Amino acid sequence: MNIQHFIENFAAQFDDTEPEAFKAETKFREIEEWSSLQALFIIAMSEEEYQVILKGEDIRNSVTIQDLFEIVNSRHTA
Amino acid sequence: MAYITYKGVGIKAVSACVPPAIRENQELTTLMTEEELNKVIQAIGITQLRYADPDVCSSDLCYEAARKLMADNEIDPASIDGLIFISQTPDYKVPNTSPLLQHRLGLKQECLSFDVNLACSGYVYGLSIAFALASQIGVNRILLLVGETLSKIISQKDKSTAPLFGDAGTATLIEKGDFPESWFSLNSDGSEADVIKIPYGGARNPSCKAGFTETLDNEGNSRNGEQIYMDGMAVFNFGIRAVPTDINNLLKFTGKTTSDIDVLVFHQANRFMTNFFAKRLKLKPEQTPYSMNLFGNTSSASVPLTIVTEMHDSGQYSKRDSVVLSGFGAGLSWGTAMLSLSHTRISHLVEYKGF
Repeated sequence: MNIQHFIENFAAQFDDTEPEAFKAETKFREIEEWSSLQALFIIAMSEEEYQVILKGEDIRNSVTIQDLFEIVNSRHTA
Repeated sequence: MAYITYKGVGIKAVSACVPPAIRENQELTTLMTEEELNKVIQAIGITQLRYADPDVCSSDLCYEAARKLMADNEIDPASIDGLIFISQTPDYKVPNTSPLLQHRLGLKQECLSFDVNLACSGYVYGLSIAFALASQIGVNRILLLVGETLSKIISQKDKSTAPLFGDAGTATLIEKGDFPESWFSLNSDGSEADVIKIPYGGARNPSCKAGFTETLDNEGNSRNGEQIYMDGMAVFNFGIRAVPTDINNLLKFTGKTTSDIDVLVFHQANRFMTNFFAKRLKLKPEQTPYSMNLFGNTSSASVPLTIVTEMHDSGQYSKRDSVVLSGFGAGLSWGTAMLSLSHTRISHLVEYKGF
């Protein structure tokens, strides 16, 4: 699974934040636009793009976009 | 459990009653910025809710829905053999509310009645229970009353619940007759009992000062222990895993596909979630009516309410032989029904008057 694609898919769920703000090491909770609603968009994206259904605790236990990528990647079967 | 199949019973009529008082979601600017609020409203697809007055209970809303149904269909109260009341906002803890409604509606004493404590899966479960009873020798008509006053059990300082939950009461008449076959899938998973919960006020954690103390959570939401707590992410996760699969499996069992479905009525949880399911199931917009924009999420009442608001005119959704109903929520509990509404008389929505 490609982390760049994941970051792009992640960034695509946001309306008001520039794409450059999203990097592997970005702490997603610090993005101003982040909210519990955004978390649902990310869960939906992960299921749609990677067929991985994230749990609330996956998001709660993650800090960076990289952390989320690693969870999705570990459960993704090509 | 194999899928439940019923023959010779069906839904004769449906009606619904909502309180007249409208709560606009735009009023929640005290809770979040206007920008955030607009985004939330857009995502959940709910602009308005109906709120019952303090002295109006779910049973009152169901009572007026039942009166409307009985008038529209000229139902003799003596012909009702059973009354089932489904709600998580009953009048009292004791006694159950159904005999109170039996009495108010002037039904005979030889009428069975009981309450069922279920949330958003309540209508699908309730129909199956009613169909089962109505299938028996000696039982012809069951009145299923499904209603909630969620406005009374949520915190207005909680972003995860305040924009979603509203009030409604509904009545459905089930009877023996020349109805086509219907099928039900009913499921439960108590491992996630905590994801939608009111922790205090039951036997496990009796009402007490601590239970009424408002606390702030990590997301800035405030509620007390006798108000609904909901973990939105966990509920979404559950929905994605459970709902499309249950619908697909029931379809497969009946030898149908999603293109054979005339109408699919989802529990009106929120638009983001139901859009996701519709996409997964490859449903067309013409197949899925919604009432949540103006009435929100009324828990178990949301499916029958949507049937009333969106299908009472036979010109809309004119083909109704294969109707799928989907309910999912607290418990966790979920169910899917496939039945016909071609023989069903749907009343016009009424607003509560209090007579």
